Amino acid sequence: MLTRRTLMASAALPLVGRSALAASPPGIVVMAKQIDDIVGAFDPAESYEFTNNEVCGNCYRKLIVPDVADTSKLQGDVAQSWDVTPDGLTFTFHIRDNIVFSSGKKLTAEDVAFSLQRVVKLNKAPGFVIGQFGFTADNVEQMIRATDPKTVVMKLPEMQATSFVLYCLSATVGCVVEKAEALAHQTNGDLGNAWLKTHTAGAGSYTLVDWQASDHIILQANPHAAVKPKVPRLILRHVADPAAQLLLLQKGDADIARDLTADQLKSIAGNAGYHVDKANQLNQMYFAMNVDVAEFKKPEVRQAIKMAIDYQGIADNITPNLWSVWQSFLPKGMPGATNEIPFKKDPEKAKALLAQAGYPDGFSVTLDHFSKAPYPQIAQALQSDLAAIGIKVTLIAGEQKQVISKNRARQHQLLMTTWFPDYLDANSNAQAFCDNPDDADTSKLHSPAWRTHFFDPALTAEAEQAVKEVDTTKRMALYAKMQNEFMQMAPFAFILQSNEIATMRKGVTGLQLGVLPDYTKYADIVKA
Amino acid sequence: MIAGARLHAGAAGLASLPVTLFGLILVTFLIGRAVPIDPVLAVVGDHAPADVVARARAELGLDQPLIVQFWIYLRHLAAFDLGTSVMTQQPVTADIAQYFPPTLELATAAMLIALAVGVPLGVLSAWWRGSWFDHSVRILTLVGQSVPVFVLALLALLVFYVKLDMAPGTGQIDVIYQGMVSPVTGMLVVDAALDGQWDVLQDAFAHLALPALVLAYFSLAPVARLTRSFMQDALSGEYIVTARAKGLSGARILWRHAFGNVAVPLVTVVVLAYANLLQGAVLTETVFSWPGLGQYLTVSLLNADLNAVLGATLVVGFFYVVLNLLADLAYRLLDPRVR
Repeated sequence: MLTRRTLMASAALPLVGRSALAASPPGIVVMAKQIDDIVGAFDPAESYEFTNNEVCGNCYRKLIVPDVADTSKLQGDVAQSWDVTPDGLTFTFHIRDNIVFSSGKKLTAEDVAFSLQRVVKLNKAPGFVIGQFGFTADNVEQMIRATDPKTVVMKLPEMQATSFVLYCLSATVGCVVEKAEALAHQTNGDLGNAWLKTHTAGAGSYTLVDWQASDHIILQANPHAAVKPKVPRLILRHVADPAAQLLLLQKGDADIARDLTADQLKSIAGNAGYHVDKANQLNQMYFAMNVDVAEFKKPEVRQAIKMAIDYQGIADNITPNLWSVWQSFLPKGMPGATNEIPFKKDPEKAKALLAQAGYPDGFSVTLDHFSKAPYPQIAQALQSDLAAIGIKVTLIAGEQKQVISKNRARQHQLLMTTWFPDYLDANSNAQAFCDNPDDADTSKLHSPAWRTHFFDPALTAEAEQAVKEVDTTKRMALYAKMQNEFMQMAPFAFILQSNEIATMRKGVTGLQLGVLPDYTKYADIVKA
Repeated sequence: MIAGARLHAGAAGLASLPVTLFGLILVTFLIGRAVPIDPVLAVVGDHAPADVVARARAELGLDQPLIVQFWIYLRHLAAFDLGTSVMTQQPVTADIAQYFPPTLELATAAMLIALAVGVPLGVLSAWWRGSWFDHSVRILTLVGQSVPVFVLALLALLVFYVKLDMAPGTGQIDVIYQGMVSPVTGMLVVDAALDGQWDVLQDAFAHLALPALVLAYFSLAPVARLTRSFMQDALSGEYIVTARAKGLSGARILWRHAFGNVAVPLVTVVVLAYANLLQGAVLTETVFSWPGLGQYLTVSLLNADLNAVLGATLVVGFFYVVLNLLADLAYRLLDPRVR
C-alpha cells in the first residue's frame, strides 16, 4: 500500500521517512479558522476585529460581563460588585481579591483603573467606547481612580444611562491589563501598546504564546487562571479556504472548523463523526438606500422594497444555518431588541406602494455588494425580487473594503453590507442607524445613517434621549418605539442576522460561542 | 573584442535597472493611491469616529498632496524603510523577510521538479514527434495549463491527503513542530537541516511535497511545450543531418548537439517561469495555507494594508526585473551570436 514514505520516495526526495502528520495530538486543540481579519493585534485598547477580540476575551478578564444565559443581565467578573449613586454619575467597583495575572502577580484596583485610563489616553479605534462618556486624556486620571487596592471609583463627566455605561465596560476595551507588565515594556510613552500587540498580560484562561499573521495563533493555559482550561494548548490555524477546513476536520488534523459554508454543513449533516454548535451572533445584513437618490426620498419606495424581498427564501435557500431572518436594527440577543418580523414578500402591495409614490413603472438603480459568498447570491435574489415589482437593479460587486469605502463616501445608491455592534448595548446600533444630527459632508459623525443621508431629527432626538435615560425600563420602552418607527420608514432594510457556527469532531465539546466574539470561550473545550 | 561587447551589453542592462525600478516604484505608488479603497479603513476599521479617522489619515501622511506623499515614500525607501504593516504590526521589511523565504522554498522546489520532468518530456516529445508519447505529453501539459491551479490543489488534497493518506494536510509544518526550529534562512526545510532537527525536516518536507508538485505541474506545461518546440527547430537543422550522416548515436545527437543549442533560449523560459512562481503562487498558497508572499500580498490587498501591498509588490517587481536581467545576461554569455 502506498504511504507518505513512498510518495516522498517517488518524488526523489529520500530524506523523508515516516508519516509526519497524524491527527492533532492530545492536549492540543487545533481550530481551523480564517484569522486574517486581525487589525490592531491583541492590545485590548486597540483590538477591534473578530479574531483578536475573541483571543482577548480568552486571555483577559473584564470588570464586568453579561450573563451568558441571559445577556440582559450583567455580572461581575473582576468586580465582585458595584454601586451607582442615585444621580447615575459615580460608579464604585469592588474588586475581587483572589485574581492573579499570568505573571503570578495579584490583580488590584490600580490595574483596573490603569487599563481604563490607557484606553482613553491611547484613543485607538475602539477608544470611543469609553471615551464617549466624556472622558479625555486630560481628565481621565481624575475621573477613574483606584481609591484603595480593592476599589475603583469612576465619575462620569456627564449623565449617561447606567446600563449603557456598564455594557460598554463589558466590551473588549474593558479587559484588565497588568499595569506593571505593560509599563515595563513601555516605549515612547505608549503605555505598553506596541508590546501588548503581540503579547498578553491578563488574568484570562490563556496566554498568547505566538502569533504569525495569516498563519497561526498559539495560546497556552495560564497557570494562575481561576478558570483553568481543560486543554493546555490551543492553536488557531489560518485556513482561508472553507473546503480545506473541512478536509482538515475530516482527517482529524483540525478539531474544530469555524468557517464552513452552508453547502458544507449540509454535506456533513447527520454524520455521527461531527457535531455543529450554533449561537446567534450580533452581525446583521442590511440594504441601505441612499436618500440622495430621488426615488429613495419617498417612504413609500422604501416600504415597497422592504415588501418585495423574500426574506425567508433567502435564509432558507442561500444561507441555511448561517443567517436567520431578522428585521430590527437591534439584533436578537441585544438587550431591548424587539422580535417583530413585520415584512413578508408581498409584490402586489409593493407595486401599489411604488405607484402611490409616482413610480408605477419602477425605476433603475445600482446595488453595491461584497463579492464574497453568499453576498452575490443574495444580491441576485434581491435583483430578482425587485425586478418583480418593476425596479431594475444593476449589481456592482466589490471587495469588502472597496464597498465600505464607497459607502463612507456616500456614493452608493442601493448597498448591501453588514454591521456589527461595538458593544452589547442598544445605543451602539441606535447611534449608528438613527442618530444623524448633522447631514452635511463636514459632519463629525460618519455613522451608517449619515452615510446614507438618513436625516430624521425626531429619531435622532430619541436616540440621544435613550442613551441618557437612567431608568432602564423607560429606556427599553424608548428603544422599542424607535425600532417600530425605524422599520416602517427608515431607508434601511435589515434582512438577516448571522449565526456563529463551529463544527467539531466527535468527542470535542465545550466551546462556548458568544453573541460577541470576545464572549466566545475556549476554557471548557475537551477532547476525548 | 567579443568579451568587451558582452561587458558593454551587461553594463547597459545594469544601467537600465534603476530606471526600471523607479518606474516600478512610481506605478506601484500611483496604483496604491488610485485603488477605490480608503487605506485608513485598515487602520481604524469601519466604526471609528471621525476624529480617529482624521488622526490616522494624518499619521499615514494621506492628508498631504500626492507629490509630497511620493517624495516622503522615496525618502523612506532610500533608507530601506517600507513602513509598518497594519495587519502584522511589523515593519514591512521584516514581513518580507518572513514571508518571502517560504515562497522561495516552494517556488524553487516546484521549479526543480518542473525542470527535472518537463525538460526530458519536451526533448523526448520532439524526438518522437507525432508518436503516442508525444500526444500523451501534450495532453498532460494541456491539462496542467488549462485546469485552474486551485482546482488542482484541492483535487490533490482530496486524493493524496484525504483518500490515500499519502500526504499531510495544509500548512508549512505540523502544529506540534511549530516554533521548534530557529529561523536562519526562513526556508523551513533548509533551517531544519541546518539545525539537525531531522523529525522537523521530515515533516517540513512532507508538507512541501504536495504544493510543490501541484505548482510544478502548473509550470510543467510551459517548460515541456517550449522545450519541445525549441527541440523541434533544432532537430530540423542541417548540422543534425550532418551529425546523422557522420553516424553519431541518437542519444549523442539529441543531448549533445540538439539540446546544447536549445539550452540557450530555454534559460530565458525557465528564468521567467521561476520569476512567475516567485511572485507568489497566490492560489496554491491559499489552498495549502502556505505562509508565503503570495498569501501575504493577497491578504494585505484585501485589508487595504497599503504599506504592505506597496512593499511586497516592489520586492516582487525587483526580483522580476533582476531575474529578467540575469536571463538577458545569461543569454548573451551563452550565445556568441548575440551582441
